[in-house]
Amino acid sequence: MTWQSLSTWWWPYVFILLAGWLPTDIWRWIGVLIGGRVREDSEALVVVRAMATALVAGVIAQLILYPSGSLAGSSMFLRVGAAAVGFAAYLGLGRRVIVGVLVAEVILISGLSLDL
Amino acid sequence: MLACVLPFIAGSMADSEFPSSRSDTEDLRTRLSWFLSGAAMVSSVPALILMTAHVGFAGLASESGMTVVEAMFMVAMIWALPANIVLIGAISGGYSLLGAAIAVALSSIRFVPMVAAFVPELRGPKSRKLVLLFLSHFIAVTAWVLGMEHLRNVPVNMRTSYFAGLGITLTTVNTLVVGLVYYFSTDFPPLVFAALFFLTPMYFLASLWGSARDRTVHVAMVSGLLLFPAIHYIAPAYDLLLTGFAGGAVAVIYLRLTKARGRAA
Repeated sequence: MTWQSLSTWWWPYVFILLAGWLPTDIWRWIGVLIGGRVREDSEALVVVRAMATALVAGVIAQLILYPSGSLAGSSMFLRVGAAAVGFAAYLGLGRRVIVGVLVAEVILISGLSLDL
Repeated sequence: MLACVLPFIAGSMADSEFPSSRSDTEDLRTRLSWFLSGAAMVSSVPALILMTAHVGFAGLASESGMTVVEAMFMVAMIWALPANIVLIGAISGGYSLLGAAIAVALSSIRFVPMVAAFVPELRGPKSRKLVLLFLSHFIAVTAWVLGMEHLRNVPVNMRTSYFAGLGITLTTVNTLVVGLVYYFSTDFPPLVFAALFFLTPMYFLASLWGSARDRTVHVAMVSGLLLFPAIHYIAPAYDLLLTGFAGGAVAVIYLRLTKARGRAA
């Protein structure tokens, strides 16, 4: 069963509920039930948090390296460069998220406008 | 004599009756005002940054072929931006329902420690478990950060009301932001779409790094970024899942090495 499996109007919503809502809220409910009995620094939690972080990092890499839509035709060099400089600006200029985002966007937009 | 006593009795009856009903409406009014002051956090800086990330998500969703209602449904029901972009990635990658659910579950597992740490801050002596389970849906990175910062200044029995205001408003406003941006985006030139799409990875690149409490998270993040292209090349169907496991493994090795070094020193 994939997103494309059924062409009825309700299938995308069922897919979102089963593949998105349930596997997200179930962890929140478990968190409530455990409610503070877990130690924040236990090694199992550190490992779980590391796996989750690496997975989200994988998604970030996917979006930058293999984007869909309007960005798909742009140069990989421009996208990776914009992201790298934006991230360096975030690290160097007081770790403000908004700074990293704006610097990367300025480079990306200038690059696309100049057709690099 | 009776005439003297009657007003006294009536007065004492009134005294014993009125305060309780007055305190009920007062309690409701206090709750409402705490709800509203939680809702007012929607204009704080972290909340505004989250909105720009959702502007980006609207661009990502429309570029990936989702309809506007599907995109809004995702935001309101899942209320976790990483889970949403993992789900869109899994859908674009043609993942099965089970594969997509496992990828999303892996990206959302961080809610266990997050919520477990949040509940003691949120809970009052009379909070019911059902209310906490309902409110837990609105815990995501931004609401968590704001709640951890401000809940301690809220009276204990008003905290659930305050967080309900904060969480429900944040979720509703961002769902509407996605709808509006998506709706108006049909007239946007491709350059704007490209810029909107790029907001999401940049927002996560910076906020994921900033949210880390220890070095292992940074190690996991860097290894995830570097390993993904190689894993995608070898096994495109399971790239995200395998990146999660591989990055987690690198972080564990790092953890063991630093602990061993700590013991040696």
